[in-house]
Amino acid sequence: MSTERRILGPFNRVEGDLDIKVEVLDNRVQRAWVNAPLFRGFEQILSDKDPRDALVYTPRICGICSVSQSVAAATAIANAQGISPAPNGLLATNLILATENLADHLSHFYLFFMPDFARSGYQHKPWFESIADRFRAQQGSAAHQALEARSEFLNLTGILAGKWPHSLAIQPGGTTRSIQENELIRMLSIIRSMRYFLESVTFSDSLEALSCLQTQGDLENWQATHSNSDFARFLNVAKDLQLSHLGRTQNRFLSYGAYPMGETTLFPAGIWDNGPEMLDQQNILEDVSSSWLTGAISEHPYKGSTVIDEQMRNGYSWCKAPRYDGRVLEVGALARQMVAGHPLIRDLVNHNGASVYTRVVARLLEIALLIPQMEQWLAQIKTGDAFCESQTIPDEAQGAGLVEAARGSLGHWLVIKKGRIFNYQIVAPTTWNFSPRDHQDQAGALEQALVGIEIVDNIENTLSIQHVIRSFDPCMVCTVH
Amino acid sequence: MSNMANLIWLQSGGCGGCSMSLLNAQSPNLLQSFKQNGIELLWHPSLSEACGREFLDLIEQIESGELGLDLLCLEGSIMRGPNGTGKFHLLGGTERPMMNVIASLSSHARHTVAVGSCAAFGGITMAGNNPGDACGLQFSGKEYGGLLSENWRDSTGLPIINIAGCPTHPNWVIETLIQIANNNLTRENLDEYQRPLSYTSQLVHHGCPRNEYYEYKASAEKPSDLGCLMEHLGCLGTQARADCNTRLWNGEGSCLRGGYACINCTAPEFEEPGHTFANTPKIAGIPIGLPTDMPKAWFVALASLAKAATPKRLKSNATSDHIRALPGEKHKHRI
Repeated sequence: MSTERRILGPFNRVEGDLDIKVEVLDNRVQRAWVNAPLFRGFEQILSDKDPRDALVYTPRICGICSVSQSVAAATAIANAQGISPAPNGLLATNLILATENLADHLSHFYLFFMPDFARSGYQHKPWFESIADRFRAQQGSAAHQALEARSEFLNLTGILAGKWPHSLAIQPGGTTRSIQENELIRMLSIIRSMRYFLESVTFSDSLEALSCLQTQGDLENWQATHSNSDFARFLNVAKDLQLSHLGRTQNRFLSYGAYPMGETTLFPAGIWDNGPEMLDQQNILEDVSSSWLTGAISEHPYKGSTVIDEQMRNGYSWCKAPRYDGRVLEVGALARQMVAGHPLIRDLVNHNGASVYTRVVARLLEIALLIPQMEQWLAQIKTGDAFCESQTIPDEAQGAGLVEAARGSLGHWLVIKKGRIFNYQIVAPTTWNFSPRDHQDQAGALEQALVGIEIVDNIENTLSIQHVIRSFDPCMVCTVH
Repeated sequence: MSNMANLIWLQSGGCGGCSMSLLNAQSPNLLQSFKQNGIELLWHPSLSEACGREFLDLIEQIESGELGLDLLCLEGSIMRGPNGTGKFHLLGGTERPMMNVIASLSSHARHTVAVGSCAAFGGITMAGNNPGDACGLQFSGKEYGGLLSENWRDSTGLPIINIAGCPTHPNWVIETLIQIANNNLTRENLDEYQRPLSYTSQLVHHGCPRNEYYEYKASAEKPSDLGCLMEHLGCLGTQARADCNTRLWNGEGSCLRGGYACINCTAPEFEEPGHTFANTPKIAGIPIGLPTDMPKAWFVALASLAKAATPKRLKSNATSDHIRALPGEKHKHRI
């Protein structure tokens, strides 16, 4: 059989634009090339602006990671200023970011990922009818429920941040919205309402019980006794379709650490590559050998540039290829929980590696971990204390803002000269996961994960390709920005 | 129009935030709202099952005339670069510039709607030196000169309907689409930038909870202060055309309620205000941008009078992040 090359796309139920070239031989994907086909040029737009204007522009890179972009920009500026946010402001920022991340996890599971199992390609499966009734795009009973739970939960941002997306509430010195006692009560009821939805619909179990699962065996036992939950419905499908074998990468993970709490963070920063490593952001380089960009092949983001090649001669994507110490790393909820050392996730990766299955489990586990934490942050807010420290912009400085968006590690690197932005570089989560090849011809995480997929029927109908892509919860608008 | 109006939603040079905001619709939820008002979502990037070939087939059916399209919504700017090729955004899975797809579909659709300031005017994507050569559907900033000509009209005689905002409020979009689907939207319902008057007949200032501070020019000095944000912190709410403080966002929110300035995101060219967004530019201590329809001499006279008359309570609370002084003679000081 001869090698066949196909372009697939456009893919929806991912944020933004994506197409993928695959090379198929003997009914298996041999190689894949991932392309982010939209370029807007935010790094050029930011050039020579007042650094504070990054708080307006960068959230608008992405409507689904808007707050994560705000937090990264505010942190980069604060880092350049050498200030720390007011404790109340930090708690409020954690709450706003957790709201976005949790809402994104929910949208991913119910609106983007699960509807693929309701497609006619699976109609012969014994589970098809019940899954289709529940998860069919737009029509399934879950779509309405999830939309309502999500939008009600996002009302937290109406109180804490004015609105979502695209708030200016998150500042280097804290947040612009002080909170009163009655609002704490109101917000606790919104969080509890989400808890109720999760405990009755998503998990049919307490969040605390779910968070305590330690091993793959625990999870299998749990599945057997909670079959009426949406999570167990996924686990059931995952077992039947062997999603734990699908979408493997090299099991190398990165997390910048999420949700500062005093000197530590709720989920710690680090690298996992057959064991834990300390994170040193100096080791991050962005490689443009396969991008429609010119300039130095590989640079640290402080020095990086984004100069387009209008002829689009070499390369196959607008996306750069970030590498850590030369290595391709995977980011996202799975990476965060691997680095944080959650026993269930470590055990699942030990058995199954990074796969469609482990990525989705990690995301749902994180939902269960975040709600109790949000309740605690709310309780720690001291009404009457400051929410925002005052701030001035230095003439010459640089700063980095490293945060975790729902879909993984997001970094902003800012260089200020003469009080204006001299350089601003953004490395987004999906820039890591969906990067093109680097100068050593190392394929990006998704490019690796697609290799070996068996083509069923024809390639357009091969749903496994779609499961793998969506398992990363990609955000393409952030990727290239 | 038949019983159901079908709708295709495309995204180009934008962030997807107007879609994300649309999903925030409450009472009823988005899907319910469309369903009960006769809008059939033929395709939406975040919500539809169809993907890849199925979606490309749908586009072909519309272009061949096999399938009639009632509503085309575009979110995001038109990407014309590099060098007018449109290659900054190729439709995924094809080599076709998205700007050509958009132009083609708008000639087939009964009505074409720009959702968000990017699709309407170019928006944020046009900021700085406009690296992507972005523009809106019919406008490029405040002027005509978008993808489609100034004289472009749909088959019913309507121009592009610009539901501007960054992002749009879910109900601006839903209510306008229902109005169009019911054949109830006319040119008279649109303002000078073709935005629905249903939300641009108001100012963001209307219903602002900081109005008392505004009246007495009791101003906030730093982020999180309770006072009026116009004098120092860049607020354009007295000029911005939108109903954000009467309609409210995500339950109880708005930019002003969130403690930060209105940046006039429903207006063309909001993305380049010519100054730092959160700073008010002034000449001789007087803000350059005065409230809409207010003569400068009167503003100056009233402002100085109001400042002289500012109650102590407002002066004290304006620069605090919580209420220090209560209304009423007997309870003046709390903390």
